[in-house]
Amino acid sequence: MTTHRTSKRRLAAGTAVVLAAMLTATACGGADKKDDKGAASGGGFNAGIEKVANASDKKGGELKFVGTQDADSWDPQRGYYGFMWDFSRYYTRQLISFKPAPGKDSTELVPDLATAKAEISDGGKTYKYTLKDNVTWEDGSPVTAQDIKYGIERTWAQDVISGGPVYIQQVLDPKAEYPGPYKDTAPDKLGLKAIETPDAKTIIFKLPTPNGDFEQMLAMPAASPVKQDKDTAAKYGLKPFSNGPYKIDSYEPNKSMKLSRNENFKADSDTIRKALPDTISVTFMANADDMDKRLMNGEFDVDINATGIGQAARATALKDHKGNLDNGQTGFIRYAVMPQTVAPFDNIECRKAVIYAADKKSLQTARGGPQAGGDIAPNMLPLGIKGSDAKYDPYEVLKNDGKPNLDKAKEALKACGKESGFKTTIAVRNNKPVEVATAVSLQNALKQVGIEADVDQFDGAQHSGIIGSPKVVKEKGYGIIIMGWGADFPTGQGFSQPLVDGRFILQSGNNNYSELNDPAINTLFDQAIAETDPAKAGDIYKQMNQKVSEAAVYLPFVYDKTITWRSSRLTNAYTTDAYNGRYDYASLGVVK
Amino acid sequence: MTAPLHDTSAAEPAAVAAPEVPQKAIEGRSPWQIAWLRLKRDKVALAGGVIVLLLIIVAIFAPLIVKAFGHPPEELHEDLLDPLLGLPLGDWGGMSGDFLLGIEPVNGRDVFSRIVYGARISLLVAFLSAFVAVSLGTFFGIVAGYFGGWVDAAISRVMDLLLAFPQLLFIIALISVIPNKLWGFEGSGLRIAVLVLVIGFFGWPYIGRIVRGQTLSLREREYVEAARSLGAGRFYILFRELLPNLVAPITVYATLMIPTNVLTEAALSFLGVGVKPPTPSWGETLATAVRTYEDDPLFMIFPGVAIFITVLAFNLFGDGVRDALDPKGSR
Repeated sequence: MTTHRTSKRRLAAGTAVVLAAMLTATACGGADKKDDKGAASGGGFNAGIEKVANASDKKGGELKFVGTQDADSWDPQRGYYGFMWDFSRYYTRQLISFKPAPGKDSTELVPDLATAKAEISDGGKTYKYTLKDNVTWEDGSPVTAQDIKYGIERTWAQDVISGGPVYIQQVLDPKAEYPGPYKDTAPDKLGLKAIETPDAKTIIFKLPTPNGDFEQMLAMPAASPVKQDKDTAAKYGLKPFSNGPYKIDSYEPNKSMKLSRNENFKADSDTIRKALPDTISVTFMANADDMDKRLMNGEFDVDINATGIGQAARATALKDHKGNLDNGQTGFIRYAVMPQTVAPFDNIECRKAVIYAADKKSLQTARGGPQAGGDIAPNMLPLGIKGSDAKYDPYEVLKNDGKPNLDKAKEALKACGKESGFKTTIAVRNNKPVEVATAVSLQNALKQVGIEADVDQFDGAQHSGIIGSPKVVKEKGYGIIIMGWGADFPTGQGFSQPLVDGRFILQSGNNNYSELNDPAINTLFDQAIAETDPAKAGDIYKQMNQKVSEAAVYLPFVYDKTITWRSSRLTNAYTTDAYNGRYDYASLGVVK
Repeated sequence: MTAPLHDTSAAEPAAVAAPEVPQKAIEGRSPWQIAWLRLKRDKVALAGGVIVLLLIIVAIFAPLIVKAFGHPPEELHEDLLDPLLGLPLGDWGGMSGDFLLGIEPVNGRDVFSRIVYGARISLLVAFLSAFVAVSLGTFFGIVAGYFGGWVDAAISRVMDLLLAFPQLLFIIALISVIPNKLWGFEGSGLRIAVLVLVIGFFGWPYIGRIVRGQTLSLREREYVEAARSLGAGRFYILFRELLPNLVAPITVYATLMIPTNVLTEAALSFLGVGVKPPTPSWGETLATAVRTYEDDPLFMIFPGVAIFITVLAFNLFGDGVRDALDPKGSR
């Protein structure tokens, strides 16, 4: 019996050795493959950056989107994901929208449902639009000013349809006095006083205080019209009623969506959307690596989420399919922030020590290098935003080629009274491996000057209740928080105000992690917002950005970039600043 | 009542083994000597034992080994990576005389050092949690088995409860709520302490049930009766009369528990609730490697092979020990 058992075990041991050998053999096979096929096809590397790749006006075909993440909602008033804002232009229009042009030009606003941009009067407090004559719903009825007002009113009803941006509500009705259309006592449900609709073609917005970015807010899908008798409230996102060139034929959440042409759409009323494909499909799948592979196989055209090719497929894509890639800015900044409430970061010198000691080159490598990660950021205003200055380098990051400045770091430590260093905690989201990699890089760099940092990985899905709560941040002693941020609309107000304006510090869902509350900075925001000339506002944001840098609460890593896939048959593809470096979906076609 | 899995005590093999060595039958041998003889003949188990010993030596002398053959496990070597892809320059995951097992993608750490240091965490957690489980299991098992009645009922129900508990999910939940500083520990030290306690705590009922079953049969033996009639105290009987006769099954189960603990630690580190970065751990390395497995498969192979060899060696050795101590035991 003993011998029998021994032999069985020997067999197991033998199998194990064979198995190990096989694994090693597989490793040899996969280790190196170097071929250059396909480098030329697809239109060329970066053909969609600052220019249009494969320009064409040919209609027809099916444009196939793929993604790993469904929208939070396809209801124009509820969606908050950036890709949903881009995609929603297929089935909904706004008074004004972003110009269909590559790169920075895309941030310019052009009229869509309206005949022209707003007539602004009363010192920037009144915005008046006139609607085009031939704008229609999918049933052929005209889009009216009342439809637009009703749609905008829906953003007040956060109790029924939550999730979308509330900028318009904050500007028009800062005290939230209007209860929303579902609780409106007026018979026509148009009780909001701040919006007037004297006739079906005219809409007037009355702002209590001027806001130079108001038109930016009207360009969001949240300002889309909704036809009152088609409003299904919380269920509207399952089948929004179209007033754009396409209508939604079918939608299964987290599975697929199909759009076909809206026969009642008058193409001559629209100067923005090319509307080239006959049908549009969206497929959702769970595995991002699988998605990248199938994109490279040509099964799909574009990743609707545009999160960029994953690390697993990146090398293959860059080696074998470089011509199908665009490497553009996303408008995001990846950064570390030091809450002033957590000792010793109440002392500016200790914060400076961290900024100087950080190895920005290493942080960039951790983010994925200059292509997949992005360019090293010297300050906290991304390039697409007016007032940004890529050369403003207060901590000599670019001058030192991203290397740490240990002398200055030690000087700062001395000035802080912690010459031998100190202990702190780096908080990082556990569901973002790239952010964890940056935390490890930062931890290693800080060790060189005696700062011992413990990396604490918190539940990324709960971030608004953890790092978004100043109380929890203080309790847990999070001295350094690693995060990323992108603008809802491309201005200084849209990007920076939630991050650095002291009046935006919230007890939950806070984004001003630094708890910076500098009256000078807050005043600059007020001045810039009141300014209706974007160039002048940009100058003020430039001053704001300098003041933020001087406060030394932020350690910017990179101006975020992604590597996005453009299928070989995709036409009119160009990345836009207005949609965080995504392609302008409304212009895409599939027939060359 | 639970039927004892092993109804033979360690004393019995003497009777069985006697005819196997008739030529030297005159010589008296203790049960342990006989077990050792049996183990010596089992080459596979011995090989497992040698590997286990080597792993322990590697773990203890990790700093010296790394000093001689590698680079500090937390040192970054980003200059050795392809700047655009973050992958190691050179074939075979950057393997060279300088970096024996290549370098880690993205940050360029020495894979060899991380594997060597990873053995420390793996074995430390495995051994300590096995120790916690064995201590608790032996104590509660022997108490439940000897006293019986309501004590037995209470302890047995607690063991059933713990066996039904989703251990992995519980640890994940616990790790995310424990503070950063506790009992004077912080950072990875605290994580190791929590891992040890939790894995050990959920492991004791397995040992507890075996010990309880054995105790149930042993307490009726004549020598226990004799001790009782001579007026020996309860705890004297428990720890002087019963415990020495339980050492064999306890040893076997402790040896077999260690590989399970190695796997649990690796799984938890893989899920991101093990030790904190930058402390090296095989599970954590494996999790990092998943992201680059297509371009740098070797980086995934090494921690995988390390876990595999460790678990296999402990299992082979543990099986051998069981056969040696308990040749009649059923599998």
